[in-house]
Amino acid sequence: MNITKTLDAKGLACPMPIVRTKKAMDAINTGEVLEVQVTDKGALNDIPAWAKSGGHSIINQREEADVIIFHIQKA
Amino acid sequence: MTVNKWTAAKVARKVIDNEELFILDVRNPDAFNDWKIEGHKFEYLNIPYFELLDGVEEILPKLPMDKEVLVVCAKEGSSIMVAEMLSEEGREVAYLEGGMKAWSSYLEPIKVADLENGGELYQFVRLGKGCLSYMVISEGEAAIIDAVRFTDVFTSFAKVKGVEIKHVFDTHLHADHISGGRQIAAATGATYYLPPKDATEVVFDYTALTDGLHVTIGSSQIDVNALYSPGHTIGSTSFVIDNQFLLTGDILFIDSIGRPDLAGLAEDWVGDLRETLYSRYRELAVDLVVLPAHFMIIDELNEDGTVARRLGDLFKQNHGLNIEDEEEFRRTVTDNLPPQPNAYEKIRQVNMGKITPDHDEQTEMEIGPNRCAVR
Repeated sequence: MNITKTLDAKGLACPMPIVRTKKAMDAINTGEVLEVQVTDKGALNDIPAWAKSGGHSIINQREEADVIIFHIQKA
Repeated sequence: MTVNKWTAAKVARKVIDNEELFILDVRNPDAFNDWKIEGHKFEYLNIPYFELLDGVEEILPKLPMDKEVLVVCAKEGSSIMVAEMLSEEGREVAYLEGGMKAWSSYLEPIKVADLENGGELYQFVRLGKGCLSYMVISEGEAAIIDAVRFTDVFTSFAKVKGVEIKHVFDTHLHADHISGGRQIAAATGATYYLPPKDATEVVFDYTALTDGLHVTIGSSQIDVNALYSPGHTIGSTSFVIDNQFLLTGDILFIDSIGRPDLAGLAEDWVGDLRETLYSRYRELAVDLVVLPAHFMIIDELNEDGTVARRLGDLFKQNHGLNIEDEEEFRRTVTDNLPPQPNAYEKIRQVNMGKITPDHDEQTEMEIGPNRCAVR
C-alpha cells in the first residue's frame, strides 16, 4: 500500500486533528491514502466517524506507544 | 456577536431550576446517544463538529432564536470552534467550559434537611454522572458517605461549614466511579470504613463497616447506623441517619433497583438482593426518606434538585419492589441488563488501591452514565 501523504497531528487537541485531516484529504486524489498520526484520544472515535460521513475508508488503524495511526483512503 | 462561556455550575442551575435550554451537541452521534446533559426542559440538536467544518449555514434554521443555545463537546475545543462560527453568522451562543468532562465532574451540594440541634444533611448531586454523595454535619463534626473523587469539594465544604470530618464511609466497593473516601480520610485524619466483604482484595488499611455499627456525629448524637444489605455487592451496607433517613447505596434507587452483576456474580447475589429489598427493608419504618447513591434519569430529581423519596412511597411505586414472583425477579435482575458502566472493572481496581491512574486517566474511565441500576 502506498501512502500518498503523512499528516503529523500529534499533540493537537480536538478539533484540530480533524480540521487538519480534512485539509490534507482535500489535497489528495480519490483512491490515494493519507496517514494521520494523532495523540488526542478523541480521534479514536471521531476520525472513523468523520471518514464514514465522507465515505472514506479506514484501511488500517493501530496504536504505537501513545500515537494513534490511521490510514485513510479517499473516496 | 459575542461567544459566551458557561460553567458546568451554570448549566447545573438550569437543570435544577427547570429552565429551558437548547443544546447543540457537536460530539459524534455514538457519544451523544450514550450520554448527554439531561434537563427537564432541554432540547437537543446533535451534529458532529466534523460535519460543520465547511460552515454552519445549514444548521442555522434549526437553532431557535428565542432560546439560549449552548454548544457542547467532549472537552470544549470543538464547541468553541462551532460557537465562533455561529457567532460570525450573527448568532449569540455559549459553549460549555471544559465540555462533557467538566459536566461529568461537577457536584452541586444541596441541603436535604435540618437535623436536631442545628445539624444538617447535604446531598452532593453529580448531575453529569448521576452520583450522589452525602455529608452529615453536627456541632463541628462531619461524616461523609459515598464521596466521589473530587475530594476538595468535600474538604472545602467542611471548611466553609467549620466542621471537622471524622468519619468517611463507602456503602460498597463502587464499580461506576472512583471513590474519594480513602483520600479524604488520609487528608483529614478521619476514619475510613468499607464493608469487609467488599474489601477482600483491597491493598490499604480500612476500618470494617459491619452490621449494627453505630457512630454519632457531634455531641447532640446524630446517629449513623449501619445496616447490612447485600445484593448489588456482597458487602453493600445501608445507613439509617437520625432515625429519619435511609441511605441505600446502590441497592435501592428512586425508580429502579441495584444490579447484582458488576462484581461478576449476578446469579449468586440475586438472592441477597431479593432478601434485602423484600425482607430487610420491609422491617424498616415506612416514613424513612430514601437517599440513594445514584439517580439514572432526570425525572428522579425533586423540585429542589435533591433525589429523595419516602420508603413507603417506593414500596408502592418502584417496580423493582413489586415483583411478587421470585423467578420473575431473578430474570429481571439477571437478564437483559443494561450495558455495564464504562471501564467498570478498572474502576473497581482503582477503588481497591491496586492501580493508581493519573487525573486524566481517571476522568476518561468515568466518562458516561453510571448504569448501576436495573428497572
